[in-house]
Amino acid sequence: MGQRVLLIEDEPNIIEAISYILTKDGWTVHTHSDGETAMSKVMQRVPDLIILDVMLPGKSGYDILRELRAQAETKDVPVMMLTARGQSKDREMATSLGATQFMTKPFSNAEVLKSVRALAGL
Amino acid sequence: MISFNLLIVVSLMYVVFLFLVAFAAERRAAQGKTSWVRSSVIYTLSLSIYCTAWTFYGAVGYAARSGLEFVTIYLGPTLVMIGWWWLVRKLVRIGRTQRLTSIADLISSRYGKSPVLGVMVTVLAIVGTTPYIALQLQSVTQSIAVFAASSDEMWLPGDLNRAAMWVAVGLAVFTVLFGTRNLDAHERHHGIVLAIAVEAVVKLCALLAVGIFVVWGIAGGVGATLELIDASAQSQWSPSPSRWIGLIFVSGAAFVCLPRMFQVLVVENSDEQSLSTASWAFPTYLMLMSLFVVPIAVVGLDLMPESANPDLFVVTVPISEGRQGLAILAFLGGFSSATSMVIVATLSLATMVSNHIIVPSWLNARTPGAVVSGDVRQVVIMSRRVSISVILALGYVYFRVSGGGTALASIGLVSFIGVVQVFPAMIGGVFWRGANRWGAGAGLIVGFSVWLWTNFLPSFGIDAVISQAVFLGGPFGIGWLRPEALFGISGTDPFVHALFWSIFLNTSAFIFVSILTFPNPLERLQGAQFVNVFDYSSGARTWLQSAAQAEDLLVMSQRILGGAEALSIFATEARSQGKTGFQPDVTPDFIGRLERELSGSVGAATAHAMIGQLTEGTIVSVDDLIAVADETAQIMEYSSRLEAKSAEANSTARALREANEKLTALSIQKDAFLSQISHELRTPMTSIRAFSDILRDEDVENVARKRFAGIIHEQSNRLTRLLDDLLDLGVLESGQVQLNIGQDILADVLDRAVIASGVNTGKLAIARRAGNETVNVHTDLDRLAQVFINLISNAAKYCANDVPKLRIIVRQFAGQTIIDFCDNGAGIPSESQSMIFEKFSRLEDEGKAGGAGLGLAICRQIMGALGGDITYLPGQGGAAFRVTLPAAQVLVLQ
Repeated sequence: MGQRVLLIEDEPNIIEAISYILTKDGWTVHTHSDGETAMSKVMQRVPDLIILDVMLPGKSGYDILRELRAQAETKDVPVMMLTARGQSKDREMATSLGATQFMTKPFSNAEVLKSVRALAGL
Repeated sequence: MISFNLLIVVSLMYVVFLFLVAFAAERRAAQGKTSWVRSSVIYTLSLSIYCTAWTFYGAVGYAARSGLEFVTIYLGPTLVMIGWWWLVRKLVRIGRTQRLTSIADLISSRYGKSPVLGVMVTVLAIVGTTPYIALQLQSVTQSIAVFAASSDEMWLPGDLNRAAMWVAVGLAVFTVLFGTRNLDAHERHHGIVLAIAVEAVVKLCALLAVGIFVVWGIAGGVGATLELIDASAQSQWSPSPSRWIGLIFVSGAAFVCLPRMFQVLVVENSDEQSLSTASWAFPTYLMLMSLFVVPIAVVGLDLMPESANPDLFVVTVPISEGRQGLAILAFLGGFSSATSMVIVATLSLATMVSNHIIVPSWLNARTPGAVVSGDVRQVVIMSRRVSISVILALGYVYFRVSGGGTALASIGLVSFIGVVQVFPAMIGGVFWRGANRWGAGAGLIVGFSVWLWTNFLPSFGIDAVISQAVFLGGPFGIGWLRPEALFGISGTDPFVHALFWSIFLNTSAFIFVSILTFPNPLERLQGAQFVNVFDYSSGARTWLQSAAQAEDLLVMSQRILGGAEALSIFATEARSQGKTGFQPDVTPDFIGRLERELSGSVGAATAHAMIGQLTEGTIVSVDDLIAVADETAQIMEYSSRLEAKSAEANSTARALREANEKLTALSIQKDAFLSQISHELRTPMTSIRAFSDILRDEDVENVARKRFAGIIHEQSNRLTRLLDDLLDLGVLESGQVQLNIGQDILADVLDRAVIASGVNTGKLAIARRAGNETVNVHTDLDRLAQVFINLISNAAKYCANDVPKLRIIVRQFAGQTIIDFCDNGAGIPSESQSMIFEKFSRLEDEGKAGGAGLGLAICRQIMGALGGDITYLPGQGGAAFRVTLPAAQVLVLQ
């Protein structure tokens, strides 16, 4: 496997949890917690999959998603959005901006793993 | 000997007959058959109420005393009807177009609908007419007394008074019955008019019959009568020019000013054409009435004993000759003269009293805005009925008080001069645009006062009202105010003196005050309507020959009527003239039609003026401009009402919009709040869930397991704190917080807060100045400590200095206690300072500190509840908060 996942999330505990699960499953996990500089991180090396939180300091997850979809290199990268505001309009917003998957916190680890695998085409 | 009872029976039958006549006329009128009741013959006969008992009986007495002078009383009205028919016609036209109900209404209406003038004229009319009504009662009772004296029955003075009273009561019943049956918009009374027409015939026939009997039955033919006249003292009588002129003037003026004459002449007139008949027929009637006056007087003086009252010759001569039937006819003639006058006079006065005094007072006395539609009718009818009764009662009282001593003719003249005081205001109002209410009021007051002083009060006799001393020396010894020699001019005939001074001073006051003062707009407008009544009412404002261009007219019409409609009018007209296109010949006919179309949109006066501007040779008159101004004023008033309404609607809409915005904002706030709560709850929940999953599903080495369990523990605490804060905030925000008031030294409260915030074990150093902190605080000490803990914890969490330090400074200022918390960190960016006290306003880059952003919001709520405040202090280097405790908390919080 060895596929690369980029996790953009600002809550350290959640970063730790997701990294732990995915690493154990054989993924290479990179993390980033600041919306403002996330894009440069992505462009350094385009990952196979991006997990993106909606509420980030600096720039929101929606803004980052819009930029990802606007760039040729990243417009086809699967993006899984995470949000703690479980409102249906957040889901609609994410879908309309081109999110591949949308997940509401809190989630079960099995759910995350299953989705990540599916998005990576495994 | 004539049977007195027969007279009574005949009189009663006559009265019943009159009732039936009046009743039949009302019935026919109710069925809409008014044509013959309203014929010009009836109209002319109704005018004969001018000839009252004064004329019927008094003229003979007058002739017996003063020869031909009595003729002046007939000459005045004759001159008015023949020579001044245009005045009468104008009055009739004004009365019809303005719907006048009385002479008081005419004056009030002309002078800007002035209620005061209406009351003045009404009072004047009552004072002037009451003696006249008394005179009629007197003449009827005197003539009854004559019959009584010639019969066998005993007849005492008390019975005379009772007879007068019954006559008054009967007249009141008749007038109430036929004068107030219903309220007619024109105040016309068919029954009464027909009854007085019948009475006019009766009195003429009676007088002619007596005259014929006297000339041919007693004197022995025309020749013999003339010889008798030649031989009598009356032929020696030489006329006084001033009296003649005065009498002709006063009778002519009274003919149009007397309330009862105005009633029959103007109010009861239903067709102007009747005037042309009346203009010759009425003088003829008067001529016939006066034909035999001198013969009856001369023969009576010759025949009757020296003591006989010449006023009653018409009755006493036939009685003395034993002509019972003729005497009764003569009595009925006199009775008719008296009753017809009293009925109409009472009716017209009652209308004035009711319309100008009672109903306005009643309306004023009511609360404004009350609904008055239904019961006004009843009030008006009742007030008329009461007025009729009261006026007749007044007449009866006057009759009793005056004792019937004065000669009939002189009472009549006193009355005439009084009523004629309205004449200047009336003539001025009808012919002079400059006349105004101040002038009319001044003239009426001056004339009325002079009449009272020089004529009315002296008429009661010397020492009755005015003492002999005043007659001779003037009031308070002021010689030039002597009642019968004003301004020291003595020696003139009292009648001429009173007439001249009252009318002269009246007219002068009227003219001068009118010139010196200004009419109000309504008065100006009414003045134009009265003076130019024939222009306004005829509808004959035609355009004779016009050079207006069809194109100009079309342009103007389009502007007013709208393009399509104007074009269609012009096209139709052009087609009817056999032309094509939109430009017909501008015929007077077409202009008239166009004016009517335009007046539908802009009002008649404006339409007339606008077309006038476009048609050459036509000058827009001042009247037109006034009318335009009036219309414009109405339109402006209307539009200002509309504006007020639309402003009202606007403000309502604005209020609704604001309420809606408020609701929308609240709804958005609520959504944002729920979203925030969701986020704050789900975030720790996510960590707990994820790590508990790991601990459950995986084999985790010991170190990691401990760490993960620690995270779960910490995040559960975070959740609990959040829930506590939310509940706390909910209570504080709802305002239902229970304060637990206590008293302590501020230093102790700070000590406890420092310990509770746990900073003693951390890096943060706290600098305090013990001396300033020995302040007594009287408040909820736990809540205050909660605020302090929050601020100290925030400093511990967020102060980004390597050597973090928090200074706590206490000061007293203006009774308030001020506690500042300043750290040496980076502070709060100015753009965020305004938001930090809002819920969930945790600064984003400080989110890791574990707060949910509710702390400062809670602090603000607490300080609000304690009557103090918490603010951010900018410019202190680091983050700085100021807590203010109010002065005199003891008073506030206990």
